[in-house]
Amino acid sequence: MNIIVCVKQVPDTLEVNINTKTNTLIREGVDSVINPFDLYAVEEALRLKEQYGGMVTVLSMGPPQVVDTLRQALSLGADNAVLLSDIGFSGADTLATSYTLARAVKKIGHFDLVICGRQAVDGDTAHVGPSLAERLDIPHISCVIKIHEVTEEYMVTVRLTEEGTEKVKLSLPGLITVCKEINEPRFPSLKWKINAARSEIEVWSAQDISADENKIGLKGSPTRVIKMTTPQHNRQGQVLEGSTQEQVTDLITKLRQAEVL
Amino acid sequence: MSIRVIAEKCTGCKLCVAACPLGAITVTKKLARIDIAKCNFCGACVDACKKFTAIELIRDNVQTVDKSRYRGVWVFAEQKEGRIANVTLELLGEGRNLADKLGEPLCVMLLGNQLGRLARQLICFGADKVYLAESYQLEVFIEDTYTQVITGLIKEHKPNIVLLGATAIGRSLAPRVASRLETGLTADCTGLEIDPATGNLLQTRPAFGGNLMATIICPNHRPQMASVRPKVFNRPQRDELRIGRIVRYDYKDHILTQRAQLLAVVKESAKTAGIAEAEIIVAGGLGLGDAGNFEIIEDLAQALGGGVGASRGAVDAGWISYAHQIGQTGKTVRPKLYIACGVSGAIQHLVGMQSSEIIVAINKDPKAPIFTVADYSIVGDALEVVPALTEEIKKVRIENKEPVVSDSEQESELVLSS
Repeated sequence: MNIIVCVKQVPDTLEVNINTKTNTLIREGVDSVINPFDLYAVEEALRLKEQYGGMVTVLSMGPPQVVDTLRQALSLGADNAVLLSDIGFSGADTLATSYTLARAVKKIGHFDLVICGRQAVDGDTAHVGPSLAERLDIPHISCVIKIHEVTEEYMVTVRLTEEGTEKVKLSLPGLITVCKEINEPRFPSLKWKINAARSEIEVWSAQDISADENKIGLKGSPTRVIKMTTPQHNRQGQVLEGSTQEQVTDLITKLRQAEVL
Repeated sequence: MSIRVIAEKCTGCKLCVAACPLGAITVTKKLARIDIAKCNFCGACVDACKKFTAIELIRDNVQTVDKSRYRGVWVFAEQKEGRIANVTLELLGEGRNLADKLGEPLCVMLLGNQLGRLARQLICFGADKVYLAESYQLEVFIEDTYTQVITGLIKEHKPNIVLLGATAIGRSLAPRVASRLETGLTADCTGLEIDPATGNLLQTRPAFGGNLMATIICPNHRPQMASVRPKVFNRPQRDELRIGRIVRYDYKDHILTQRAQLLAVVKESAKTAGIAEAEIIVAGGLGLGDAGNFEIIEDLAQALGGGVGASRGAVDAGWISYAHQIGQTGKTVRPKLYIACGVSGAIQHLVGMQSSEIIVAINKDPKAPIFTVADYSIVGDALEVVPALTEEIKKVRIENKEPVVSDSEQESELVLSS
């Protein structure tokens, strides 16, 4: 079973603020890490490979330093890594990103399954997985928490919904996005770490994947961010004083006055 | 695309600096400079510089659709087992506002099997027209089949705006549809407005785990698509006398491709499933110390007849299942009463509960951010305060002779096929 895992490099902390003078994000000294959800995607790919054989290729798009993230995936046991890096890819929204990833997946060639993390913690859109499946003309299942059965033609998965779960059969080749309930990611092993350090990571440009320049980066992105603000929380709260019993009695009185009790 | 500052016109007033969402502009020696590496050519600076017209933006051959051909605000009606999702009704309320501002109709896409009765309901809640697609193949939601029908409808009728609920279904479906139509999609919106100057839909959503709010537009493509968080907008009043049209969408000539199949549905207990709709929610966080202490949250919730919520920390620690998680990566709730116990109030949690009507926070740490959104704050140990509160509430219930709420926990599995 050949699997392609898409990963994203994200900032280590989401506690960003805006410098209101320069209107820039204050992100000094913030490290980059692999998107936490993507670790579960890599882990699931490795488990499937261990059970059914095949190759695991990790794929990412971003600036050159994203090789660090890819090397991290290699140190867990992935076989190959490809980085899509080109100044033309910058400023991509989810539509342009999924187009670019799809071009790369097509170039990688034969695959049975694509796995993505449920969403990236910085953007939180959960768009790229389903969008990529559409670009590849394959079916997808979002928020998978379990893989039951795998054959050459299909796999049976369990996905999360608001009410509980659903058991869904997916034809292969297909794409799944995974939630953290699916597994417990492993730690890198020394053997694979050494391997990863030695591995050559392929870097592909827009030309390498024969991308249409109107469909990548800023140009291929229909959406534009026009404003960023820091949300304000300002409820005029009231601190209830006294002993625990007094606080509780006071609270109940207030809640009854407000007619919620 | 190119952008430049016309030096002779620039006064160095810095209005553009404040307008730029990406911090790409600096002013030195009374002259603005735009960092092209950071610029996304959104044009916010051009608008800010209307007085001096010192910034020139040239968009080269942007493929702009003929926007005048796209009319109408459309809502995807989410239904399961013949019940309309609440978020759909909320979208009808907000969709009606947007449609009225634009002077365009509000239409709904309803997919399923034997749903004629629901179509009428959607009109009562504000729709002018319901496109109804019925087939045994559409009885349950499958990305493949729904994408085909929805893109078919959109291509044929060219709506200006398409809204979906940011639910498990909406979040899985919307990106496929947007991709097939090659148009823009904004996820998890919490605010929608029409820009009076351009008629564009201004879509506001939390970013960076809720630390920032971003406003996003889709200026050159149509339809403008957005998924919208449940519980953000109010549900409209039902008007039995409202008149609207039901249009059957006949796609029988097409055979729908279906590469996935729903085999079984497992519903969580009634207690869990109810959180999103509960009028009272009691939520626990890491401040409770350990899994065993989560019982006091359940006891209080039961005494109040409410649901049990949890912070991401408590879920990650394995104290309670993900179905209870409230926040950016969990559920958004808006109950009448939200009691946060031992929840510190990380921004990602606040995003999911801050619009609750009344918020009570109980936490040891007086500096916990949860207090910034609370109406009533108790600085104290939740392990002490919560049981005392539960006892007091039980007394009140007995005084009022209110029935003790029974705990009806049931797991049901509905097997569709195998």
